[in-house]
Amino acid sequence: MLRFVIRRILWLVLVLFIVLAITFILMHLVPGGPWDREKALAPKVVEALNKRYGLDKPLWEQFFNYIGGVLHGDLGISYSRSDRTVTSILMEGLPKTATLGVLAFILAQALGIPFGMAAALKQNSLIDYISVLFATIFASIPGFVLGILLMIIFSVTLHWLPTSGWGSVQQLIMPVLCLAALPAAQSARITRASTLDVMRQDYVRTARSKGLMENVVRVRHIFRNSLIPVVTVAGPELANLVTGSFIIENLFAIPGIGRMFVQGIGARDYSLIMGSILFYAITIALLNLVVDILYAAIDPRIRLE
Amino acid sequence: MADTARIDVVAVRPHHTIWGDALIRLRRNKLAMAGLAFIIFISLAAILAPLLTPYGFADQNYDAILEDPSSKHWLGTDQLGRDTFARLIYGARTSLSVGIFTQFIVLCIGLPIGAIAGYAGGKVDNVLMRFVDVMYAFPDLLLVILLSSVFRGTFFGGSIYMLFLAIGLVAWVNISRLVRGQILSLKTRDFVNAARAMGGMGNYITWRHLLPNALGPVIVSITFNIPRAIFTEAALSYIGIGVKPPNPSWGAMIQDGFSLIFAKPYMLVFPAIALALLMLSFTFLGDGLRDALDPKLRR
Repeated sequence: MLRFVIRRILWLVLVLFIVLAITFILMHLVPGGPWDREKALAPKVVEALNKRYGLDKPLWEQFFNYIGGVLHGDLGISYSRSDRTVTSILMEGLPKTATLGVLAFILAQALGIPFGMAAALKQNSLIDYISVLFATIFASIPGFVLGILLMIIFSVTLHWLPTSGWGSVQQLIMPVLCLAALPAAQSARITRASTLDVMRQDYVRTARSKGLMENVVRVRHIFRNSLIPVVTVAGPELANLVTGSFIIENLFAIPGIGRMFVQGIGARDYSLIMGSILFYAITIALLNLVVDILYAAIDPRIRLE
Repeated sequence: MADTARIDVVAVRPHHTIWGDALIRLRRNKLAMAGLAFIIFISLAAILAPLLTPYGFADQNYDAILEDPSSKHWLGTDQLGRDTFARLIYGARTSLSVGIFTQFIVLCIGLPIGAIAGYAGGKVDNVLMRFVDVMYAFPDLLLVILLSSVFRGTFFGGSIYMLFLAIGLVAWVNISRLVRGQILSLKTRDFVNAARAMGGMGNYITWRHLLPNALGPVIVSITFNIPRAIFTEAALSYIGIGVKPPNPSWGAMIQDGFSLIFAKPYMLVFPAIALALLMLSFTFLGDGLRDALDPKLRR
């Protein structure tokens, strides 16, 4: 187990290095530079700025300077946000992105698991059809289309909720709903499929035939076993929520990390782009690692190696 | 007598192929057929766009700015006096071609990489799959954004071809993993062993036995990839790094209408609903194909 975790973390460090290298190359291939303005700056000024931020050095040197900084926890300085450090910018965006992601994740599981299970236990009933229909619809409608429709209903027509911004509970409702729709649908589908599968297992038949009450069979045998596949997709789901939120952040004007990334691309803010990609890649990798460990912990049939 | 009776029994059972069976099952699936019908409907509207509307997607008319839907402009006009209906059906061209042509790039990269990794195994497999792992570590939408910002500076920047490439270069990863897994599991099956025992060579076995049998899941996966690519294009155009204006795109229409959400909400509703319905149709079709092609359900 420990060896597995250590190996995975070493591999992760290598992957992150490659991800940063690819990002670095792509970023510098993007035409234009951080000093492009409507009114061109004097060449002397550009030269001085490049010198100050080390952009006059050869690219490979810039890259290794950056990596050296990252190893010391220094993500560099943002060029577009008046010299603030990238770490402080990301730390400002993180609580917003994380709040959205975690709330949406909880809501998604709270809706998806019960509906998926109810659908399976009462297969081919009305609740089954309704769950499956909604799960299919929400699995295929993108969050930002849902966001626009919600905005038109709740903000424009009913005037119940503010369209955008950050700070109040009312401003959270629509973005969280939009983000939760897809993972809720996925969880419902997977819970339904795995519950149907577990219900046909021999140990469930045994439990029933030895005279256990239906509720005990459901809670102790069906429920616990059917959640295993739900856990495996929970990691990618949470990672998708964190990374996928950037389009929702843009739609609802929430100053999270995703919105900063998009603004960073527009401003050729090299260190902000690198910092946010690094943040996303680490988040995805760590969540996947946690899920793998959790998976082995709840299912003794799985051995990590 | 007994003989003829037996021949009769044989004769009433028609010959079934995998694909014939799948087609029958697909036809029975109402949701999948509804999805297919909508996709055909939108495709026809996109192809016949010049016949359906007298307006071009970029025709500006400053005498008809922000008009409500009328007999002249079925879905109204935008802030530049462009006809919304025209932009919507020309925008379907963008969405559909991104959705479909991206898959050619996905197949061109993903199919060979997956097939080689699965068939060769060993070191080759290891190297290819580690590369795929690195691709997986990237937040995919962000990589597409980065790639399209890179391509913007080239001669095809802001064109639809740029989007094919940017999305295709990121989306092939799933297919390669899928093909590899399929080939690995097919490789040990008896019919492949039999073919090898009869002297079949590597290439022959890959092309004659492995790839055709892996085709079902690939088709299903491609069908599910199409709505994802359509969404990616809309999202990129929405944040302003997709197709260059005035080229029509549903994502760009959503962006254009966004500032007027209170005054003219239907400017947003039409492209949003069109996008949702098209993606839903592809998902229904994909679900139907998956059920139809799954041999475990074969009766």
